[in-house]
Amino acid sequence: MNTMELIEGHKRITPAPGIPVWDIDPYGEAILSDPLEYYAELRAKGPVVYIPRLSILALGQYATTHKVFSDHENFVSSRGVGLNDFAIEKPWRAPSIILEVDPPDHTRTRKVMSRALSPKMVKGLVDMFAATAEELVSSLLKKDSFDGVTELAETFPVAVFPRAVGMKDVDQRILVDYGACVFNAMGPDNRLRRWALERNAEIAPWIMAACARDRLTDDGLGAMIYDAADTGELDQEEAPMLVRSFLSAGVDTTVTGIGNALWCFSQHPEEWQRLRDDPSLVRPAVEEVLRFTSPVHTFGRTAGHDTEIAGFPVEEGTKIICVLGAANMDPEKWGDPEVFRIDRRPTGHMAFGAGIHGCVGQNVARAEMEAILHALSRKVARIEPAGEAVWRPNNAIHALDQLPLKLIPA
Amino acid sequence: MVKLTYIAADGGRTEIQAEAGDNVMHAAIAHDVDGIVGECGGSMMCATCHCYVDDEWAARTGERHDGEDDMLECAASELRPTSRLSCQIKLTDDLDGLVIHLPEAQI
Repeated sequence: MNTMELIEGHKRITPAPGIPVWDIDPYGEAILSDPLEYYAELRAKGPVVYIPRLSILALGQYATTHKVFSDHENFVSSRGVGLNDFAIEKPWRAPSIILEVDPPDHTRTRKVMSRALSPKMVKGLVDMFAATAEELVSSLLKKDSFDGVTELAETFPVAVFPRAVGMKDVDQRILVDYGACVFNAMGPDNRLRRWALERNAEIAPWIMAACARDRLTDDGLGAMIYDAADTGELDQEEAPMLVRSFLSAGVDTTVTGIGNALWCFSQHPEEWQRLRDDPSLVRPAVEEVLRFTSPVHTFGRTAGHDTEIAGFPVEEGTKIICVLGAANMDPEKWGDPEVFRIDRRPTGHMAFGAGIHGCVGQNVARAEMEAILHALSRKVARIEPAGEAVWRPNNAIHALDQLPLKLIPA
Repeated sequence: MVKLTYIAADGGRTEIQAEAGDNVMHAAIAHDVDGIVGECGGSMMCATCHCYVDDEWAARTGERHDGEDDMLECAASELRPTSRLSCQIKLTDDLDGLVIHLPEAQI
């Protein structure tokens, strides 16, 4: 292994002949802030593209992205879902025991998490979500204008999700930043990833302490994880690691989903009116927001052995980025992807991934977004911009940094 | 190709030809068959692709997968011994002619 040439913590590869080569930095901050042109060009170049400066393959067409992302046998997660290959380099944090593992290890932890986050469990949370959303929207209606990111998109998940988990310690900044760290760490050694590693060093001790059993109530989702350790379904030391997964993946992501939803409707008042006229469209509207904005835009896999993509040979150890945002905007799949249409019902969109690693918290994410949209649709005639929306570059998340808004009461 | 028949709760039949390797949920969505939602896209995180495998075929589609029971408990319609998540039934040439019954509701 010592003689192997490394780049971004993985093996440098020689792409198979015929794979288009594109000298671009997909993690450049201009692209991360405004990715649509990059998505289109990536798709146009072919089903699989080689990016020399990172020595990775990139996928953006829906069919190939979906196929590779769902194929956990050939494209593994245990070697990290970012650019570092955990088989070669020490991971930046102790790897997740659900995200960064393969079957059969994954099957066991996933089952415990699926149960805690099942539709049935989420049904038990929706009243709390609705009441909190109602209260928050009422208080925002009293303001002339507000920042949709910090005052709504962040506030709501931080109010309801730690409560659902049963956390006794809540700190909005730390919880949101921790998610941002996890997702930024998936990128190359750039400013964003370096920020993530520094910030993580500051906040990881708080996060791990907050995941301890005595810092959780005995009736939340966190307690269900510890119960699984009591029955022997998990090892004792695995329980806090799975509770940590709630915090890695359950805060910054939903913050982004809600912020992006507010942005969509501030930009598309006619779709907001349709939603108000027919509240049964809230559920499909959530899916369309997710497809249209891809809160998680890019996720990686590693070729576990020599394999192929779209007929091209792919060598073992190759890092492959699946550009979910590009797949969600592929006209081959969606016809008119750049139109935001709340009744599209885009089943199969990739915002929650696909296959055995598909987002285990998606029922909670949907319920949070639905609660906010229901509360707003009852009380708010229009969601108007009160300044320029600014996007915040992140190596894996497409989120807003600032979203000045004004709510016009119904 | 594998022939696949969906029978809706009201008795309406839809016959389609799907590819081996596809799954029963995805084939339904791709052919605009009403009665299957498939909200989670096949990650076994929802129960909106619930179906009943026809008695004649139940043995051939195999056992429920690990974790499928937990999710089926959340289904909107009645659970039966032949209940499956259609995303977990992978089409093979052996399943040519498969008959799937759809529940009244998925949500």
